Amino acid sequence: MKGAATETPQQADRAVTIFEKSVPGRRAAQLPAAGVEEDTPIAELIPGHLLRETPAELPEVSEPEIVRHYNRISRRNFDLDTGFYPLGSCTMKYNPRVNERVASLPGFAALHPGTSADDAQGALEVMFLLQSSLSEICGLPHVSLQPSAGSQGELTGLLLARAYHADQGRNPGKVLTPDTAHGTNPASVTMAGYEVVKVATDSEGGVDLEDLRSKIDDDVACLMLTNPNTLGVFDRNITEIARLAHECGALLYYDGANLNAVMGQTRPGDMGFDIVHVNLHKSFSQPHGGGGPGAGPIAVSDRVEPYLPRPQVVFEVTEGGLLKFDLDFDRPRSIGRVRGFQGNFGVFVRSLAYILSLGGDGLAEASRLAVLNANYLKKRLSEGRAGRYLPVAFDRHCMHEFVLSGAAMKRELGLRTTDLAKRLLDFGFHPPTVYFPLLVEEALMVEPVETEPKEQLDGFAEAIERILEEAESDPEIARQAPYSTPVRRLDEVAATRKPVIRQQR
Amino acid sequence: MGGYTPATPDDQAEMLAAIGVASIEELFEQIPPEVRLDRPLELDPGLSESEVFDQLEYLASQNISTDRVSSFLGAGMYDHYVPAIVDAITSRSEFLTPYTPYQPEVSQGGLQVMFEFQTAMSELTGLPVANAGLYEGPSAAASAAYLAMGATGRSELVVSRGLHPHSRETLATHAAGFGASIIEVGLEDGLTDPDQLLTAVSEQTAAVFLQNPNFLGAVEDITALGEAVKAAGALLVVAVDPMTLGILRPPGECGADIAYGEGQPLGNRLDFGGPSFGFFCAAERFIRKMPGRIAGETTDLDGRRGFVLTLQTREQHIRREKATSNICTAQALNALAAMVHLAWLGKRGFIELGELLVRRTAFARERLRGIDGLELLHDAPVVREFAVRSNRYPVADLLARAGSDLHPGEPGIQVYPLGRDYPEYEDAFLVAITEKRSPIEIEGLAEDLELSLEDLASTRDSGSPSRNGGSR
Repeated sequence: MKGAATETPQQADRAVTIFEKSVPGRRAAQLPAAGVEEDTPIAELIPGHLLRETPAELPEVSEPEIVRHYNRISRRNFDLDTGFYPLGSCTMKYNPRVNERVASLPGFAALHPGTSADDAQGALEVMFLLQSSLSEICGLPHVSLQPSAGSQGELTGLLLARAYHADQGRNPGKVLTPDTAHGTNPASVTMAGYEVVKVATDSEGGVDLEDLRSKIDDDVACLMLTNPNTLGVFDRNITEIARLAHECGALLYYDGANLNAVMGQTRPGDMGFDIVHVNLHKSFSQPHGGGGPGAGPIAVSDRVEPYLPRPQVVFEVTEGGLLKFDLDFDRPRSIGRVRGFQGNFGVFVRSLAYILSLGGDGLAEASRLAVLNANYLKKRLSEGRAGRYLPVAFDRHCMHEFVLSGAAMKRELGLRTTDLAKRLLDFGFHPPTVYFPLLVEEALMVEPVETEPKEQLDGFAEAIERILEEAESDPEIARQAPYSTPVRRLDEVAATRKPVIRQQR
Repeated sequence: MGGYTPATPDDQAEMLAAIGVASIEELFEQIPPEVRLDRPLELDPGLSESEVFDQLEYLASQNISTDRVSSFLGAGMYDHYVPAIVDAITSRSEFLTPYTPYQPEVSQGGLQVMFEFQTAMSELTGLPVANAGLYEGPSAAASAAYLAMGATGRSELVVSRGLHPHSRETLATHAAGFGASIIEVGLEDGLTDPDQLLTAVSEQTAAVFLQNPNFLGAVEDITALGEAVKAAGALLVVAVDPMTLGILRPPGECGADIAYGEGQPLGNRLDFGGPSFGFFCAAERFIRKMPGRIAGETTDLDGRRGFVLTLQTREQHIRREKATSNICTAQALNALAAMVHLAWLGKRGFIELGELLVRRTAFARERLRGIDGLELLHDAPVVREFAVRSNRYPVADLLARAGSDLHPGEPGIQVYPLGRDYPEYEDAFLVAITEKRSPIEIEGLAEDLELSLEDLASTRDSGSPSRNGGSR
């Protein structure tokens, strides 16, 4: 395996951009003729000083070259459909292909967002059904599908909190987030104009109640939590935390990144949360697309409802007893829009298809099996060398993910978590999340999800065992890894120092 | 359900034994009983794949989509032809199913696409720095405002009423969070009023937001408007429709500091409004203040060329509360669709498509302005969309073919009524042209409008009450 001298076939295939493949005069597109007066110079239709003089240097390539180019570089990507992807906090579950098929139906894919409600009844019904389903899953009565991603859902939630407090004649300035929070939480807090105040984690992996009590007061607008949290631990004190927050008038915000662990088992609304965002691309199986698209609907309690973004999907019952759906723009206390049109509708179709496929029992079963897989893999990794060099950070039954600490591995073998991650690539696995949560030294965050078979989990545990065994005799192997990938370790510092972020002309 | 989860009862028993618990329920004991859900979710039982397909196909059939009618709806999203290779490439699992490229050694394909996409957007807008994509157009406006406020230390935003209404509304929503105030500048003859702009811009102005072509379809003279902005030391932010940039002077050449826009016309389906992507380009000096992801070129241990996510110290996962934005998705798959579409159009095709839009739009505008009962809302130059006034009957009646027995059961005329967003143009609508709208279809639209006008006239003459759909 340690074969730095021999190039893999993928490495021999050097990176060349589509711009570099350009040859003057080549083209792919065949456009229709305008079919109207074509002799008038454009400058007679639009004043010359408003026109472009230098053409954009787009590639000049034929269609077969484009197809070959992108198919070729696609092979330089690791993907969920061909390999195990236990990326903690990211919930990489299988994406059923029927979801793609239904989302591609022309009645959805070719539907213009400016179409009148009368002409978009099916689409509005999709949105309404998804809203109702998410409402039941979250245990909160109202849902807005508008936010484009979890992070936009967070920002939306915080703007809702701002509007809610303003209506009470209050203007609290702080938002509390645990030190284990996702990076988007503090970023969203700042974007919403609030001050971030961190809350410590206790020895059990939950919110430190003493620290919380010392920091919570009536200047707190909101407490942002996820439960289970990013350590994979369910916070047993959630009822007390909710009481403390509500007692001083704060709202409780649930980061739904970890919802996959608890579907049908417990509901954020039942835990006392007022606002929840749901990452449809995580728990409800939208493919991640290499970084999007996704969607981040929010579910809220009654007292937050008036402030939800405009428009909302509503319905009336017609004389014949049928439902007629509409978009309600008349929401005087709404915070307004957080984006254009109706949200990432194509994602809604996929998520609804997933919910219809599984049903209530199936969603609950998905969570049960995600938790079973995580605890099984955690158990496997607590044995042998993994148990010695990579102990679990908070060792109790976990939910859908767990965090290992590579501190001992670093100390005893001289390997950092990133070295282990890079070596895993040579074994054909996508590594777990590294260096998050920040609280755990040399963190490695593993989330196996419910769609992976036991053999896969065993294979992953065995690969880690082998890497650690190998490192006992020669840590340099992992420190120089990977060897088999399209490129070897990349110089990220050089990329930042003198950024080259576009093809030079 | 069984189909997506492989664990058989035997597997489960084996795993439980290894963990040392008797049941999966034991693993959930960490959830306190008072918050456990003690009943099944009230959702229908799971369906078979064919049942799911049938149910959603039925719902899809309830929509009047652009494959069923000649649609002239635009207003920010356009019914362009998406070349077949776009679907072929974006549906490849290697592009469809990975996560964000946190491990660059096995994400070179996606990272290279981002790098190519940044290059293409930079070429289109004439600005040197581009990111790998934002959620969509209107929320990209909020990112521009945030950057401008940070760069100037000012908190006032001057916004043309020609900016997409959704962008103006989104800006207002976000401004409530980051404490910006907004001054709106009106339109005169379809264009941003230069005198009002001059009055509005001051030493408190962080940025001026213009759109080109603006929401009424009119081409603005960005360079001329931008002079006052520059003089006041504010940033010039220009929203653009990417499909017009083969024809129109790019914002970078007009003095824009930031250009952003809705990317849907490039390779993305309408999807009832999303997912698509937003693009964001800026002048060189803002490279370390950019929102969103950026891919950069570098080399590996053996000197091979490679790509990584770069300048990550701007981003939320490193800088947390000090990040330049909270954005955590780059709409990577949608940006790939755009890149493939742009490569397919190529340098020459991109210009030709722009010219086709200008010519067909000119044709459509002339045809409609000749109809008795219609007139143009403005005479400003247009590329692909224009505003028409119905000076005799309410727009809603005209579009619904009020009282019509000419086309029973058929949908109305698909254009965008301006009264939804502009009470002052209650009597007008927008007509958008793409390469899919043939001259014959344009002629069909004109005839439909003529028939509708005749029908309304005869209904009125015969004394039948007109349907009162005009006010909204």
